[in-house]
Amino acid sequence: MTELTLNDYLLVSGLLFAIGFAGVLLRRNIIIIFMCLELMLNAANLSLVAFSRFNVGADGLPNYNAQVLVFFIITVAAAEVAVGLAIIVALFRARQTTHIEDINSLKF
Amino acid sequence: MSPILFWFFALLMLASGAAVVINRNPVASALALVASFLGLAALFVSLDAFFIGVIQVLVYAGAVMVLFLFIIMLLDLKAEQRRKINIPAWIGGGLVTLVFVAQLAAVLKRFPLGQQKFPALPGGRIDDVEKIGETLFSTHNLSFQVIGALILVATIGVLILSKRELK
Repeated sequence: MTELTLNDYLLVSGLLFAIGFAGVLLRRNIIIIFMCLELMLNAANLSLVAFSRFNVGADGLPNYNAQVLVFFIITVAAAEVAVGLAIIVALFRARQTTHIEDINSLKF
Repeated sequence: MSPILFWFFALLMLASGAAVVINRNPVASALALVASFLGLAALFVSLDAFFIGVIQVLVYAGAVMVLFLFIIMLLDLKAEQRRKINIPAWIGGGLVTLVFVAQLAAVLKRFPLGQQKFPALPGGRIDDVEKIGETLFSTHNLSFQVIGALILVATIGVLILSKRELK
C-alpha cells in the first residue's frame, strides 16, 4: 500500500465535518445538535494538526503554532460545552423539552 | 503509522460519527461520540502530535463526555419519539451536505500540495510537549492569558445560569 498523503487526512477531516454538519441540520434534539457541533470542531482540529505535521520548519520539526491553536480550540470548546449545557438545563427547566421545534420562539 | 492503521482509525472515527447522528437514544449517541474522539486521538498520534492526542483523550473523551452523559441522565431523556418528519428541512439539509462533500472532493482533486507525502521527521526523541510549551508561553503568551480570562468568565456564567430560573 502506498504512503499516506496530506489529502488522505484532509479528506477524512472534511468527511467528519460533513457528518457533524448533517447532524446539526437534520437532527431535532438539541443535545445531539450540540454533540455534532463538537464533531465539527474536532474535524477542524484534525486538519490543523495535519497541516502542522506537513509544514516542517527549518529544524525539521512540525509547525507547533498550529498545535498551540488546536490547544486553544480544545480549551474554548470545553468552556463552550459547559456554558451550552447550562443553557440547555435552564431551557429544560423552563420548557420540559429538548426538541427544538418546541423551542422556536426567542422570548419566554 | 502504516496506512492500514490510519484507515482503520479513520473509519472507526467516521462510523461512530455517523452513529452519533443516526442513533435515536441520546446516551447511545454520547457513547458513539466517545468512540469517535478516541479514533481522532489515534489519528493525532499518527501525525506525531502526542500532546494533542493525550489532551484529546483527557479533555474530550474524559471531561466533556462525562459532562454530556451527566446532563443527559440529569434531564432523564428518553429515546426520541418519532414525529412527523419535516420534509423540506430534510431535503434542504441533505442537499447542503451533499454540496459540501462535492465541493470538498473538487477542491482536494485540484490541490497539488495534497498529493505529496509527509516529510520525514529527524530521528531520535521528539519533545513536542516542550516545543508546544515554549511556543505557548513565548509567541502566544497574550492569547494564553486571554483564554484564562475566558475560562473564568465561562465558569461564572455557568454558575449564574444554573442558579436563577429563566424569567
